[in-house]
Amino acid sequence: MIVERPKLTIWDRLYMPQILKGMWITLKHIPMKRFTRQYPEETPPLPKRYRGVPTLVRDPEQRVKCVACQLCEFVCPPRAITVIPGFRAETGPDAKVEKEPSDFIIDMARCIYCGLCEEACPEEAIFLKKDYAMASYTREQMKLHKEKLLELGGIHEDRICKWKKK
Amino acid sequence: MSESLVKLTINGQLIEAPIGLNLIEAAKLIGVEIPHFCYHPDLCIAGNCRMCVVEVATLRTGPTGTPILEWNPKLTIACNTTVVEGMEVLTHTPRIIEARRGVMEFLLINHPLDCPICDQAGECRLQELAMDYGRAESRFVEEKERKPKRTLLGPKIMLDDERCILCSRCIRFMRDVAGQDCLGFMGRGSRSTLTCYPGREPSTNYDLNIVDLCPVGALTSVDFRFKQRVWFLKQTRSLCPHCSTGCNIVIGSRENTVCRLTPRDNEAVNQRWMCDEGRLNYRFINDPTRLVEPLSRMNENVQSLSWDEATRQIAERLTALRDGGEGRIAFIGSAGATTEELFLFRQLAGVLGVTLMDVVPHTGSADARLLQSDRNPNTAGALVTGVAAIPPGSRLLEIAQGIQDGRIRALVVLNEDIIPAGIGADLLGKLELLISVSRLPSAVTEAAHYLLPGATFAEKSGTFINRAGRIQRMNPAVASPGNARPEWRILAGLLAELGQPQEESLESIYRAMAQVLAPVWGVTWDAIGSQGVQLHVD
Ligand code: SF4
Ligand code: SF4
Ligand code: SF4
Ligand code: SF4
Ligand code: FES
Repeated sequence: MIVERPKLTIWDRLYMPQILKGMWITLKHIPMKRFTRQYPEETPPLPKRYRGVPTLVRDPEQRVKCVACQLCEFVCPPRAITVIPGFRAETGPDAKVEKEPSDFIIDMARCIYCGLCEEACPEEAIFLKKDYAMASYTREQMKLHKEKLLELGGIHEDRICKWKKK
Repeated sequence: MSESLVKLTINGQLIEAPIGLNLIEAAKLIGVEIPHFCYHPDLCIAGNCRMCVVEVATLRTGPTGTPILEWNPKLTIACNTTVVEGMEVLTHTPRIIEARRGVMEFLLINHPLDCPICDQAGECRLQELAMDYGRAESRFVEEKERKPKRTLLGPKIMLDDERCILCSRCIRFMRDVAGQDCLGFMGRGSRSTLTCYPGREPSTNYDLNIVDLCPVGALTSVDFRFKQRVWFLKQTRSLCPHCSTGCNIVIGSRENTVCRLTPRDNEAVNQRWMCDEGRLNYRFINDPTRLVEPLSRMNENVQSLSWDEATRQIAERLTALRDGGEGRIAFIGSAGATTEELFLFRQLAGVLGVTLMDVVPHTGSADARLLQSDRNPNTAGALVTGVAAIPPGSRLLEIAQGIQDGRIRALVVLNEDIIPAGIGADLLGKLELLISVSRLPSAVTEAAHYLLPGATFAEKSGTFINRAGRIQRMNPAVASPGNARPEWRILAGLLAELGQPQEESLESIYRAMAQVLAPVWGVTWDAIGSQGVQLHVD
């Protein structure tokens, strides 16, 4: 389709009046209230259900809650999650859980913060936290491993403590 | 109507079924699934899970002599009821569904919440049927029964008694099929526990079949334990390459890694079983030492080559040897190669005027069920293509002698370590040209002048002809590592370089072969399908 160029009048072509009009709008705003937030000094208030970085949590007894069922890996739409399943130590307080991830990798360059992993998890082991500033210099650094995810996640006040009862 | 068929009605649909068929199988004929746990087509009927209940009416002679349809007042188990003329069956009435929900509730009261760590999850009948007949919430307020977990049953199987639903399939298999009566139930009621007679752990070559048979995750494979969730596994229909039975299998792989092999139904070959030796023989596929690049080795100078370059150099040197005089080249093929590869190998021998060739026999102990002493999956294929001598292996001595005498100057070896077969390193050192197609390093690949990396059975399509003369097909599940490629492509490349261009795909090579190789005349690729075709070979 050929688009006809609109014919400009003399007034349009003079150009100066438009500039002045723009300047006037800018000047008008100087004494008005400021809307810009001075990030990062000033952080935004986040809504209650804000979804930031997905993390792994421990239960109040320091147990890694994740049992490497890989359901989050399955549900994750952009396939950001890779779980490497492994065995729990056969002796020790965790032994009856049998399984744990030997590594758990979330590629934050892929994650779309949809929260489906949290929803799919049968163990309440993965939670989206409010942190959002997850930028890094390399793609490799964008991959968060198990230790980092557990550090971000911290302790989850678990009411069920399923494995304690086993 | 034939004598052996009876007419009956299932859910209002009139069907004909052979006498002796039970109702689960009869319903399958019209696509109705009757849920069940303990029934298995290859095992005797136990009738203990009560999941398969249906309503049945049979014809009775009424008081006036006319037949009347009489409904059985109680629900009947379908697995132990055979078809009868005029029978009427209902499989999904509210009463039946209520009964099945009851069965499920009882099965689940003591069942642990193990799905997240259970290897069976995703292919568990209890999970599946809980979706159809389970309650969303448990009404059970008492303490759950505790049973032993993580018990090793022999070296291959892990038993978790809490997950067992007491169907007794494993007991029946071990006793009736594997021939080792070693499992049984102990205790009563909800304390019934599957256990193994002390000191008699399952120790046959068929134990791992009970892992497949177990409808739940009570029996899991130690080898596959926590390796991968089953829903990630790509299922590829293939064949076991470990012996000449050619059991039909499914390769479960994820992201180019083979995680497990499981048997696939083929009534004519392996029914629903496979042996443990074959099942656990897959690690070489993922071996990190696999050969990945064509190499040439001249006076200790090792160089990696492109396929084109390697093919060109090999063709050149082989042609020179052929033109230099008769009988200078010998071939050693492999009865583990596909029929198509052997066909191309034979053709290559023809082009190079090679008359001296054979395969290396591999033998092991056989058992009375599936495992054969001939551990080559395609000895029959090597015989029909003419690569194997009769009997296979009988010309190896002649080849060794020829090398010893200096008559044979070049040897082409397809995927075999020939040193145990009597052609030792000293003989190999005498050769002017040793070409080895191989997947893993061996003494032969160390000595070879040209080394061509090949592909395992899991990486290619092709056919094997089993010991009974049945031609069967396999399919590629994973990609070959690095630059390795299927042997048929290597051989086709060499043939093309020698002026005999070949078809581009394995399927068309098969078609070309089917035109000239008498036993497979008229057998199409599609006809072989997933179940194979019985050939007429002597
Ligand atoms: S939030 Fe969504 S995209 Fe991110 S890891 Fe979880 S499932 Fe994947
Ligand atoms: S985080 Fe939850 S869903 Fe993901 S593997 Fe662990 S237990 Fe399973
Ligand atoms: S272990 Fe499995 S196959 Fe054996 S009785 Fe229990 S549920 Fe059935
Ligand atoms: S019987 Fe032979 S073909 Fe079958 S699984 Fe065992 S080794 Fe493989
Ligand atoms: S399948 Fe019929 S009772 Fe178990």
